[in-house]
Amino acid sequence: MAIQSPSLDMTTAAAPAPVARPATRSYWQQVGRRLRRDPVTLVCGGILLLIVLAALGAPWLGLADPYKTSMLRRLYPIGSPNFPLGTDELGRDMLSRLIYGGRLSLFMGVTPVICALLIGGALGITAGFMGGRVNMLIMRIMDVFYAFPSVLLAISLSGAMGAGAENTLLALTLVFIPPICRVSESVTTQVRGFDFVDAARASGAGTLTIVRVHVLGNVLGPILVYATSLISVAIILAAGLSFLGLGVKPPEPEWGLMLNTLRQAIYVNPLLAALPGVMIFITSICFNLMSDGLRAAMDVKA
Amino acid sequence: MLLYALRRLIYLVPVAFGVSLLVFALVHLAPGDPISAIVPPDAPKEVVDKLKEYYGFDKPLPVQYGRWLLVTLSGDFGTSIGTGRPVAQEVGSAFGNTIILAIAACLLAFSLAVVLGTAAAYAKSRMVDRLVTSISLVGVSVPHFWLAIVLVIVFSVELGMLPPMGIGPENATGWRLDWPHIQHMILPTIALSVIPLGVMTRTVRSTIKEILSLEFVTALQAKGMNDRQILFHVLKNAAPVCLAVMGLQAGNLIGGSILIETVFAWPGTGFLLNSAIFRRDLPILQGTTLVLAFFFMVLNLTVDVIQTMVDPRIKRG
Amino acid sequence: MDSVLPVTDRGGPVQPLLLAKGLRKHFPIPGGLLGRTTKVVRAVDDLSLSVAKGETLGVVGESGCGKSTVARLLMRLIRPDKGTMVLDGDPVDEPHGITLNELRRQVQMVFQDSYASLNPRLTIVETLAFAPRAHGLAGAEAKARSRDLLAKVGLDPNNFADRYPHELSGGQRQRVNIARALALRPRLVILDEAVSALDKSVEAQVLNMLVDLKEEFGLTYIFISHDLNVVQYLSDRVMVMYLGKIVEIGAVEAIYGDPQHPYTRALLSARPSMDPRRRTREAPIQGDPPNPIDPPSGCRFRTRCPFAEDVCGKAEPLLTDTGAQEVACHMRIRGSGHTRAP
Repeated sequence: MAIQSPSLDMTTAAAPAPVARPATRSYWQQVGRRLRRDPVTLVCGGILLLIVLAALGAPWLGLADPYKTSMLRRLYPIGSPNFPLGTDELGRDMLSRLIYGGRLSLFMGVTPVICALLIGGALGITAGFMGGRVNMLIMRIMDVFYAFPSVLLAISLSGAMGAGAENTLLALTLVFIPPICRVSESVTTQVRGFDFVDAARASGAGTLTIVRVHVLGNVLGPILVYATSLISVAIILAAGLSFLGLGVKPPEPEWGLMLNTLRQAIYVNPLLAALPGVMIFITSICFNLMSDGLRAAMDVKA
Repeated sequence: MLLYALRRLIYLVPVAFGVSLLVFALVHLAPGDPISAIVPPDAPKEVVDKLKEYYGFDKPLPVQYGRWLLVTLSGDFGTSIGTGRPVAQEVGSAFGNTIILAIAACLLAFSLAVVLGTAAAYAKSRMVDRLVTSISLVGVSVPHFWLAIVLVIVFSVELGMLPPMGIGPENATGWRLDWPHIQHMILPTIALSVIPLGVMTRTVRSTIKEILSLEFVTALQAKGMNDRQILFHVLKNAAPVCLAVMGLQAGNLIGGSILIETVFAWPGTGFLLNSAIFRRDLPILQGTTLVLAFFFMVLNLTVDVIQTMVDPRIKRG
Repeated sequence: MDSVLPVTDRGGPVQPLLLAKGLRKHFPIPGGLLGRTTKVVRAVDDLSLSVAKGETLGVVGESGCGKSTVARLLMRLIRPDKGTMVLDGDPVDEPHGITLNELRRQVQMVFQDSYASLNPRLTIVETLAFAPRAHGLAGAEAKARSRDLLAKVGLDPNNFADRYPHELSGGQRQRVNIARALALRPRLVILDEAVSALDKSVEAQVLNMLVDLKEEFGLTYIFISHDLNVVQYLSDRVMVMYLGKIVEIGAVEAIYGDPQHPYTRALLSARPSMDPRRRTREAPIQGDPPNPIDPPSGCRFRTRCPFAEDVCGKAEPLLTDTGAQEVACHMRIRGSGHTRAP
């Protein structure tokens, strides 16, 4: 006989409970703690918060009217009195327009990702959990969108629908649904293969309950990380569409559009013409670094 | 192997069908009456008639699609509203210019990325790793159309070293292998290569780092192989993943070139697409989108098949 | 209504708790140019078994012989292509029988991989309370029951209830898995290699606990394992599987004391003996099991059987009662045509 052992286990039942076991933290508490200890993420978050708050609170910052044109003071250089960042090709205050521009630029970048996250995430999780024909149908449709390079798809769609912020939002949402859907599908398929999902099915729970309790908690993290990594792409792409004249219409302040209208000024005041791009660059870098930080924080191994 | 390639090719058919449906739908995405949407108000009567005939707008949608598909499959992409020339001709000449730029940008981005990424993965000092990581971060974060403007400002406006726009001197429309043409290419190539450079450097670095942590590398060291021999093994193992990402980047680069071509007035598909959008030249928009999408699909297929050939672990029979 | 109370016996002790007839599961393998199915893995082929109330049925066989598929079929985690099941007189998933939901309340399962079978995002008590709550028990009650169960499997609820799976050792996690299987007060528990991944000392502790729990809750076990010693220790009857089929089934003494099928004999002789007087006399099995995609005709073991004859390739040997056990071998079937047949 191979089994020769005293009755119950001694390590767990008989031994006294270990003294002062470190408090158990839930996964999200751990992620939060790690994020709070990551200086890069904190700095980037701070910068982004500053940009957002400034953009939202712009009317109360005592800035010049971002729409007020003046033929007399066009293209003032950076550092002019009263115009710390100069004036644009129509004599509007650059500082004011850059700060106000954050509103549309961020909105145009973040909204499509959120919409795509909701739609693509739902589709992907459905495809991953249902498998079979449902999966096939959803993923084949996504493959069609995948057959286009994303920039081409965005430009062709908004080009066909015509310029305008709504069309750009729609086009960008369509561009980001397939990648989010694909990631959601693969993560969900992976989670569905784990025994704990089978165990949950074996307990007789309904599909919706299983998805809610056992699947969502395990797939939302990776999907969210992926979605945040798309925000910087979306901001650049949205600015790019406006730069082509396909997005926001003049005279709205928006970084991509400002880059476009200032292009004629590169021979007169090159530094000024590059300014809106700096804003896009900073925002995009911050989003990328935050996404990296989030990814690292969520990669909690055991 | 051949079976796998063939199966992928067959699988492409439904996707291609979907793509054609989407491209066809582009005309109908336009607000209002499709014919008024695609024809400028001052268009001559014969152009309007020709378009009506081409699209068959009076027929039900499925019939319109069927007709359009048949005509398109026969190689007739319609006629440009702006120039009156066949779309196939317009797109064809622009496509060549785009490809030249794309190849140059790919070569630059990928070779640099392999060197930088490998160096960072091997780097003993944190400085090198940090530097390379920062370069790749800038690559994926920088708005490349803005970088294009900055390059023009620095090298054309301020230094006067390189031409700011065009494919060659004196209204050239095609590319030739001579110094003036190469000069015109330098700035667009750099601007176009930043995104793939950033993405690829990241990929190469993380892939090689992961492989270096595997036990077989330790085993090779224990066998007494020198670093150069080991590097060969490491690169061989990193190749499939990197190839896959490269393929995707090469395809996206062609999409991304639309913005760069616009900045540099490079007469490629992107430039054509952009001007078509503003002239509401929908036949050109459709034709360009269709050609680029098919090129992207074939490219992906090729990369997939090559990857299967390179990676002995994938057996897709 | 309280659907989470123990189910009382219905058919009396003689009626089998679970009867499965002609279970079959073939997994298609996509192949060919258009991804059409050209091949199937015959994971389980026309398998019938019965489990008596209160017994432990051991299931042994090499890896890949379909043991786990049988477990998942009995739980209906995968749908059988063919076959019927009767649980204590009630047909399963049929018009006049019990629903799958009801089946899953009376039959529960413990998986091999203790880590993959616990949701890493839930605390232990949340995992345990999930099934009772899904069956309508109020939250507080489900939690209280979960804490009781933790104590039953030898884990102090005060210490373990609010921990996450990664904070537990393998043995502790497997105890949690066992507790989860008991949460719905099942009658039959399928243990699919439930102790195989554990260290030997921990394995012994868990096995002993399983014996205790069986008595306390009046359980019936189907114990799947590739470890012949463990199966012998725990089982009343043993079923030997080879490539998706039963080759021999019978009381544990009969199977271990007087194995009839060449495969069973080879399996048993392959385990090392601590007793120098009991040397292995049987020839060990040669090679790997054949591919279940295209199993040999007739008797599936014939390609590795030292006694194979023509008849073995022509006809499939059916399970035949030899007195103490049932064997599927032409050598034990009267008039089968095999030279060694009685």
